[in-house]
Amino acid sequence: MIAIIDYGMGNVASVQTAFENLGYQVVLTDDHATLRKSSHIILPGVGSFQAAMIEIESRNLKKILIELAETKPFLGICLGMQLLFTEGTEGGLTKGLNLIPGSVDRIDTAHILPHIGWNQLQVTDLVPSFQAFNDEFVYFVHTFAAKTAKEYIVATTDYGGEVTAIVRKGNVFGIQFHPEKSATIGGEIMKTFLEEVKK
Amino acid sequence: MIAKRIIPCLDVKDGKVVKGTNFVGLRELGDPVEMAKTYSEAGADEIVFLDISATHEARDTIVDIVKETARNVHVPFTVGGGVRSIEDMTRLLQAGADKVGINSAAVTDPQLITAGATRFGSQCIVVAIDAKKVADRWHVMTHGGRKDTGIDAVEWAQEAEQRGAGEILLTSVDTDGVKNGFDLSLTRAIVEVIRIPVIASGGVGHPDHFAEVFDATNVSAGLAASIFHENTYTIKAVKAACKAKGVNVREA
Repeated sequence: MIAIIDYGMGNVASVQTAFENLGYQVVLTDDHATLRKSSHIILPGVGSFQAAMIEIESRNLKKILIELAETKPFLGICLGMQLLFTEGTEGGLTKGLNLIPGSVDRIDTAHILPHIGWNQLQVTDLVPSFQAFNDEFVYFVHTFAAKTAKEYIVATTDYGGEVTAIVRKGNVFGIQFHPEKSATIGGEIMKTFLEEVKK
Repeated sequence: MIAKRIIPCLDVKDGKVVKGTNFVGLRELGDPVEMAKTYSEAGADEIVFLDISATHEARDTIVDIVKETARNVHVPFTVGGGVRSIEDMTRLLQAGADKVGINSAAVTDPQLITAGATRFGSQCIVVAIDAKKVADRWHVMTHGGRKDTGIDAVEWAQEAEQRGAGEILLTSVDTDGVKNGFDLSLTRAIVEVIRIPVIASGGVGHPDHFAEVFDATNVSAGLAASIFHENTYTIKAVKAACKAKGVNVREA
């Protein structure tokens, strides 16, 4: 059973449906016992970094999320991906979950923001199974993005500068764009994450 | 490179997609969820639903449509029409809409943009502007393009951006329905003064009209209804026409 973290940050119906369509049972929860029993942890999220961390801490989720990430396949999507990092500056400097070293800052670009729309992935050689998605278009909606070391970067996209799109550290994955809104390719990317963490 | 977006718009009345927003001689075209699914599978980059129902009962119908769409359509979708309050936005976003479009209500109460952006994030708030040329400028029109507010459309777009709008859906009342192409001068005037994405709307009669607006302006997306619904042209034909002119589009 896949657990999607319920912490009031954005709509998760589409994320839930996407995993159900891949044949998984999905539960939306913030209950510690349920989370411990789950096979995978999905941290979604839309909104600001600071507001999200305040919600996570007020719902007493920070410690258990860090603990779960040590053993279970863990995927952060959009804002949920940004929270995986050490800190973020949106809404004021705020500490994140620190599961992957790095910081989340406003995208450094001459282009208009938010970065909204379909953009192409440039996939590194970090996780070979993701190379099938090189040059594929996926749907982004964000103004802030993660800066991290090359050793964690699975894919980037070009928006007047390199923008981190997919990251991985061990069993922790992060996806900046919305796979659940990225048509057929998005579903394949979620499936690839599920297969990769089985290895 | 980020792709230019091609967006079909579905006008929904009492649970059915209808032809045009012209209230005379409405013709039912089909089921909104089925049509949205078909368009998304054919390569539409997003879907816009415009609810033109007048009754409260129909408002519940659109929420059901949104729920079904969220389950069956795997591209982003926006719902506009009759969104007048934070409660309306909450209902649609909780049902699974990715964005809400606000038009007349934002003109009456600009604070609604600020409140929506603060509560849900700018990326959820699309401010729809219907503009009409009056002398050497453009006025914001409400009530389906019939009522002139006297407000300058360029200044209104700037205010919407400052208040936290994530995107502007810009419809030219002058070119809408004429099928002779987008309003290039209006689109350019707005795109050049704001730093958020603009969706051009009104006037498409041919796939080349999309290529034309992307070539002539820095607009992020183009929206059309009738050319898609009447099966005159497919999404694929529009993208092929764009690609032939060197416009970067997503091929599905």
